[in-house]
Amino acid sequence: MSEHTHDADQAEALLAQVQAALAAGTPLSITAGGSKAFYGREVNGTPLDVRGHRGIVSYDPAELVITARAGTPLAELNAALDAGGQMLPCEAPDFSGSATVGGMVAAGLSGPRRPWVGSVRDFVLGCRIITGHGKHLRFGGEVIKNVAGYDISRLMTGTLGCLGLITEVSFKVLPKPRASLTLRLEMDRPRALRKFAEWGQQSLPISGACQDGGSTLLRLEGGESSVKAARELLGGEEVSPAFWDALRNHRLDFFRDPRPLWRLAVGNNRTPAELPGDALIDWGGAQVWLKSTADAAQLRALAAQAGGHADCYTPGVTDGPLPPLPDALMRYHRQLKAQLDPQGIFNPGRMYAGL
Amino acid sequence: MNILYDEKIDGELHHVDRAELMAAMRAAMPDLEILHTREDLKPFECDGLSAYRTTPLLVVLPERLDQVETLLKLCHRMHVPVVARGAGTGLSGGALPLEQGVLLVMARFNRILEVNPEGRFARVQPGVRNLAISQAAEPFGLYYAPDPSSQIACSIGGNVAENAGGVHCLKYGLTVHNLLKVEILTIEGEKVTLGSDALDAAGFDLLALFTGSEGLLGVVTEVTVKLLPKPQVARVLMASFDSVEKAGKAVADIISAGIIPGGLEMMDKLAIQAAEDFIHAGYPVDAEAILLCELDGVEADVQDDIERVRTVLTAAGATDVQLARDEAERIKFWAGRKNAFPAVGRMSPDYYCMDGTIPRKQLPAVLKGTAELSVEYGLRVANVFHAGDGNMHPLILFDANQPGEFERAEALGGKILELCVAVGGTITGEHGVGREKINQMCVQFNSDELTFFHAVKAAFDPAGLLNPGKNIPTLHRCAEFGAMHVHHGHLPFPELERF
Repeated sequence: MSEHTHDADQAEALLAQVQAALAAGTPLSITAGGSKAFYGREVNGTPLDVRGHRGIVSYDPAELVITARAGTPLAELNAALDAGGQMLPCEAPDFSGSATVGGMVAAGLSGPRRPWVGSVRDFVLGCRIITGHGKHLRFGGEVIKNVAGYDISRLMTGTLGCLGLITEVSFKVLPKPRASLTLRLEMDRPRALRKFAEWGQQSLPISGACQDGGSTLLRLEGGESSVKAARELLGGEEVSPAFWDALRNHRLDFFRDPRPLWRLAVGNNRTPAELPGDALIDWGGAQVWLKSTADAAQLRALAAQAGGHADCYTPGVTDGPLPPLPDALMRYHRQLKAQLDPQGIFNPGRMYAGL
Repeated sequence: MNILYDEKIDGELHHVDRAELMAAMRAAMPDLEILHTREDLKPFECDGLSAYRTTPLLVVLPERLDQVETLLKLCHRMHVPVVARGAGTGLSGGALPLEQGVLLVMARFNRILEVNPEGRFARVQPGVRNLAISQAAEPFGLYYAPDPSSQIACSIGGNVAENAGGVHCLKYGLTVHNLLKVEILTIEGEKVTLGSDALDAAGFDLLALFTGSEGLLGVVTEVTVKLLPKPQVARVLMASFDSVEKAGKAVADIISAGIIPGGLEMMDKLAIQAAEDFIHAGYPVDAEAILLCELDGVEADVQDDIERVRTVLTAAGATDVQLARDEAERIKFWAGRKNAFPAVGRMSPDYYCMDGTIPRKQLPAVLKGTAELSVEYGLRVANVFHAGDGNMHPLILFDANQPGEFERAEALGGKILELCVAVGGTITGEHGVGREKINQMCVQFNSDELTFFHAVKAAFDPAGLLNPGKNIPTLHRCAEFGAMHVHHGHLPFPELERF
């Protein structure tokens, strides 16, 4: 049994650890559930485990807002929302099942529903962070509209801990749809991609669109009437909704292929027709999971032609698993890092070498 | 403490000789239109917050991006502050000029570059009006969701700078949720692309940071927005209540019933009466509060939801619930709300619009506190409220020709915002900090948090040349404000002039 099973406010202890690291000038490697340890580059630093700082701080379903400490297991957050008839719609992956709230925000990865409802960052309303100046600060808040100052909470999302230690996050949440069903349509890839573009322009209650090579899977979510009407319009056979969890957590057979796993994010309606390897298309065409031994440069060129970028989900394949940045953009990344984490103690190199 | 730029507390600005600057500009950009005469500068001395006015050093009206790039490089080299401006409809003085700064007007960049229905995006120049995007997407059955009430006039570059909202934010999000990519020029005149054509981008989410940064980090030169399919139908219900508390509870009950309305607006008695006098929307003038609840989407679901909402409203104690019979009546119901500001303007020579956001459950307490402050300061306050997302717009009625009334309105507004912060809310939901709420930032954030904001700014503009004095106060200003604030908090005569 894990030692981290009770709600506890360990912000003081975390702050003390960061301050000690600042005093000693030793880098920290931030960890929690470890479900996304494979993502990004390796960090040489003293481990800083956030799991003890856990617990839901506040949740009022009528406000559509939940606030939780960073070490709170994602499963616990989702269970609380489920009991309130609500959900965090971006359906972030849990992978091994040990994901935490802080890890979800730090990684910023979103699930199959993302094109229709938004990403993790879209649901972040506020956060508390321990900074590279050894302060525990609060940004944003628990209200849906808030434009006071810079949007630090959304900036922190997806920075892989490189700009500070996230200790607490507030999210906007939404009611669960009243009706939901999953359809399997026998539709090949070119036709499915054409259909995705067509359906995207219509008022259809689609919240998942995946093409696995052989068939096409759609999720319909909304009111009973619209889901029923769309089901009749689209045809196909109804299948288990468990597919979407398996997709989001990479548990489909597709992901067992031993070749390296790449993710290509591409523009809507710009999914490459020819892909070097086996592909699973998600996000209605805007996200491609690719099992491929092709080299990074080739895949990145392919993604760039399609308006996007490619990152590698298999450790050890390339020293730069995250998409490289243009020089000007990298310069502002370095300047931001230098300002917010001047001693470079937070996850140095996790995203990019030297950052 | 004057709200206008004060070098003693807002930071010293480099004083450049105007003739020298103009000569340098003309040499570098012979075909750039520069305004410099007093009469030409006058129309640019304020934005939508007309109570605050400053004559800019110079106004430039570029037509090509290479001019903007050259101008920024030149201002950077000569240490001249630059304030960017779009349509100038902002309500917080975010585009208020500086006497020692250049006002960079981006309004001439007004071309829609691409509307792509299959990709569901539009790529536009920053001076394109918000509504023009939806009009260009209309033939494809698509639209751009954020709809600030100034959407006929406001431009998308300004929307990005302010992270503009509107009445449909609870369901469709703010500007930040509806952008794919923004091209910017930094103060050094360097081109940077934030976001991408895909749904996410490599590196830090600088697109999110930039959105709502009020022109302090860079100048928007191109915007790619997401387009959504237009909802098949929209229907609106109007419910009357004999108390604001009941109306507030009805809002919570609708959301607790699992319904996310396209729009959910509340108005109090004074606002209802003003709107009804002006628009004749059919509002119940004897009600203490009304709710307008718009349900949009697929027709079959909307029908179901109308019945659900009607049941909830009745159970919450509504004295009357009306469904707009047709599109004409729907538009009429909304016309009252959309014209609430000018309607209030007819009741009073001047009004001052606030923009705090609060947790919805705090609404009755905040309205009560506002009413008490209204009595204390001797000024009437009408309340309109984006109830779905907790964004309040108290309208303070005053007469600028009465000595001291504007200052009193300003002080009352500040108190209302501080009340919003005290209940866990924020001083600005959608209008931005700009110059107007610069002092209240000292209430919402402590000095360490403000220092963090200054560090973010330093990563992009270490010399502080882009829109100085807006959005983030100096610690010096907060020290001055804090000293005055506590002192006056104990004054027995709040009507005394204080600035």
